[in-house]
Amino acid sequence: MDLSQLNALLAGFEGLTYQRIIMMIVGGVLIWLAIKYEYEPLLLLPIGLGSILANLPGTGLLDEGGLLKVLYDAGIENELFPSLVFIGIGAMTDFGPLLENPKYMLFGAAAQFGIFGTLLLATVAGFDINQAASIGIIGAADGPTSIFVASELAPDLVGPITVAAYSYMSLVPIIQPPVMRLLTTREERRIRMPYTSRPVSKATRVIFPIMVTVITGILVPKAVALIGMLMFGNLVREAGVVQRISNAAQNEIANIVTTFLGITIGSTMVGEKFLNGRTLLIIGMGLLAFILDTAAGVLFGKFMNFLSGGKINPLLGGCGISAFPMSARVVQKMGHDEDYSNFLLMHAMASNTSGQIASVLAGGVVLALLSTHV
Amino acid sequence: MEGAAIKAPMPGKILSIRVKVGDTIAEGDTVCTLEAMKMEMPISATAGGTVKAIHINVGDNVANDDPLVTVG
Repeated sequence: MDLSQLNALLAGFEGLTYQRIIMMIVGGVLIWLAIKYEYEPLLLLPIGLGSILANLPGTGLLDEGGLLKVLYDAGIENELFPSLVFIGIGAMTDFGPLLENPKYMLFGAAAQFGIFGTLLLATVAGFDINQAASIGIIGAADGPTSIFVASELAPDLVGPITVAAYSYMSLVPIIQPPVMRLLTTREERRIRMPYTSRPVSKATRVIFPIMVTVITGILVPKAVALIGMLMFGNLVREAGVVQRISNAAQNEIANIVTTFLGITIGSTMVGEKFLNGRTLLIIGMGLLAFILDTAAGVLFGKFMNFLSGGKINPLLGGCGISAFPMSARVVQKMGHDEDYSNFLLMHAMASNTSGQIASVLAGGVVLALLSTHV
Repeated sequence: MEGAAIKAPMPGKILSIRVKVGDTIAEGDTVCTLEAMKMEMPISATAGGTVKAIHINVGDNVANDDPLVTVG
């Protein structure tokens, strides 16, 4: 064996910078969190592996024609993967509680205000307006929408924004309760809201996704790719005649797209680009966005409580975000912990599903306002 | 039948029953667990007393306000 052959064998070591080694360790930590604590395992496991793959030097995976580059071009750059993921989410979501109580749509709208608060703070921190808006969207706790917005407005930040968004989604039961507790009194958390079921006709359930798509398409055209796929998924669920498609959307389609989405997002976490102060700042501001969204929702809940003469539990405002159904469960648990006869779950589900729709609309509004600045 | 019924707070499925007829229970004791929207919730006694009747079986789907257990 001559020296050139030896060099070829050792090529893999040459590009192994300390940043890449750290990012491979980060990938390993994400995989560990997914397996050990089941933190969003469907996403964090492929993201972790994607990060390890992307940081192995000399593989060519991120070069033109390389596997990870092909996946990125096919699904992230053109926003295909986040849109397709929404078919599965729509097929898994029961909008019944929201249709029984449409007034909860207001909670979803209110909880998006944190996005704009974070946008302002991120601008002050030195990010340009497009990057700041993409960071603010993390607060909606909506992974696909975060990717969708960031890939158009701030493509170089897709990696950290996505990791932050999914990390905070998995931490909903840890992040939200202290914020909710801080902003509400024990008496407010104990407000009972008996559930009164109202039958929702099949026609309503079928017309709802179509109407939402058309109205969104007219009002917020930039959101229609996401909302259209979300509502398509919901339509196949509620139609009752395409059970095979509904099952496929909830299982095969969601699983396949999520897998490729995760690996590809992981592949954006290349050490030299990812490991810098800016990434840490994004992760910090994402947490702030999440806290502000929760706070905005709870404060609006208090306002609704005031308007209703004390009948509405303000906690319901806090779950007007997209992390479904984790956030609704947090509200149910907090109300129940204070009073074992307090069951807020069905109301919380209504607020939480409205948050899913509202966060996509908020993403569309941000894109509509800013896409001319790209 | 004498006594007060503990009712289902929302539609769901009975996952477990923690009491039997004749048991003496205190206010706040869990009488059964209900699964709704894929979340498991304990249903607690709203008053103490003796379990007079159980109206449900494990696996039953119950509607909102269905009686679960009567305590007297």
